[in-house]
Amino acid sequence: MKTKIKFLAVVIGAAFLFVSATSSYQLGDSVSDFSLKNVDGKMVALSDFKSAKGAIVIFDCNTCPYSRAYNDRIVGLNKKFASQGFPVIAINPNDPQQSPGDSFEEMAAQAKSKHYDFPYLVDASQEVAKAFGASNTPHVFVLKKEGNEFKVAYIGTIDNNTRDASAASKKYVEDAVNALLQNKPVPTAKTKAIGCGIKWKNS
Amino acid sequence: MRILTFLVLFLASQTTAWSQTQVIKIDKLEALINAPSDKVQIINFWATWCAPCVKELPLLEKLNADNADVNVTLINLDFADKLEKVNAFVARKNMKATVLLLDEIDYNSWIDKVDKGWGGAIPATLIINPKNGHRKFLDKELHDGDLEKLIAEVKQ
Repeated sequence: MKTKIKFLAVVIGAAFLFVSATSSYQLGDSVSDFSLKNVDGKMVALSDFKSAKGAIVIFDCNTCPYSRAYNDRIVGLNKKFASQGFPVIAINPNDPQQSPGDSFEEMAAQAKSKHYDFPYLVDASQEVAKAFGASNTPHVFVLKKEGNEFKVAYIGTIDNNTRDASAASKKYVEDAVNALLQNKPVPTAKTKAIGCGIKWKNS
Repeated sequence: MRILTFLVLFLASQTTAWSQTQVIKIDKLEALINAPSDKVQIINFWATWCAPCVKELPLLEKLNADNADVNVTLINLDFADKLEKVNAFVARKNMKATVLLLDEIDYNSWIDKVDKGWGGAIPATLIINPKNGHRKFLDKELHDGDLEKLIAEVKQ
């Protein structure tokens, strides 16, 4: 009997894990607060952004060529929108065991050399990336604040030209934030792009 | 006659593949995905800069060499201005499977045409059995035995 209960508990536990692994945030969902270590060693929580109108959460890393291609554009997004209430929050979910260039030290060096004026956080447990359903880098989630809650308003890529920023004809993230600032619906709320798969820990 | 044409094209592709990567647009990829064939089609998405992609290439090359009833196509996603780099890579690794460079930078316009469940992370592999229409899609790194298992599944 005891083994049976134990077995049942394992089955239920496994079912729970399965559900939590597959049910990531969808458009309109409220985001749970998170608190992660920044490159300056201090903890940063989503709830710290009390006066923000939203946030541009970007799962990003040091090593992916697509992340590097978008680096200046990410710095530009924060310059343009942080003062308007939509700060960039960059989060690196890569396992440094598999991607040594994404270690905490390397992240700090990257933030310094690229003059990041936004948090660049370590998702050491990869739980935040899993909750958001991030799959590659860079992967953007624009959040809109309603009351005390941050809700997902856009999921996808920054624009439609990875190679050349000036040749991009659709600036999805800028368009989304501009629409939210005017209380209008986001024109394109979901996009996809080629990116480096997040380096998940070996389970 | 059709078989002869196919054979000529096939041989031509085999002799030139190592030296020259063909640059294609999305219509070619769609044609490949939907083409009738007696062979199981393995379409793998990769780039020279993608470490897990490069790591799994030998598995795809071996499968292609060892199985006459399977056709492997490697869709390269390096930028088109890196064609020479891709050609050099293909020559250095002595790759025999067909390599096509997909020159489509507006990713959101075509990713769903490959598989609706694909978020865009590479490596990714599409396995199609044109005879019964069965498909499998994997958007993570292949390990030893994965391809054989997926091929058996689409054959059912």
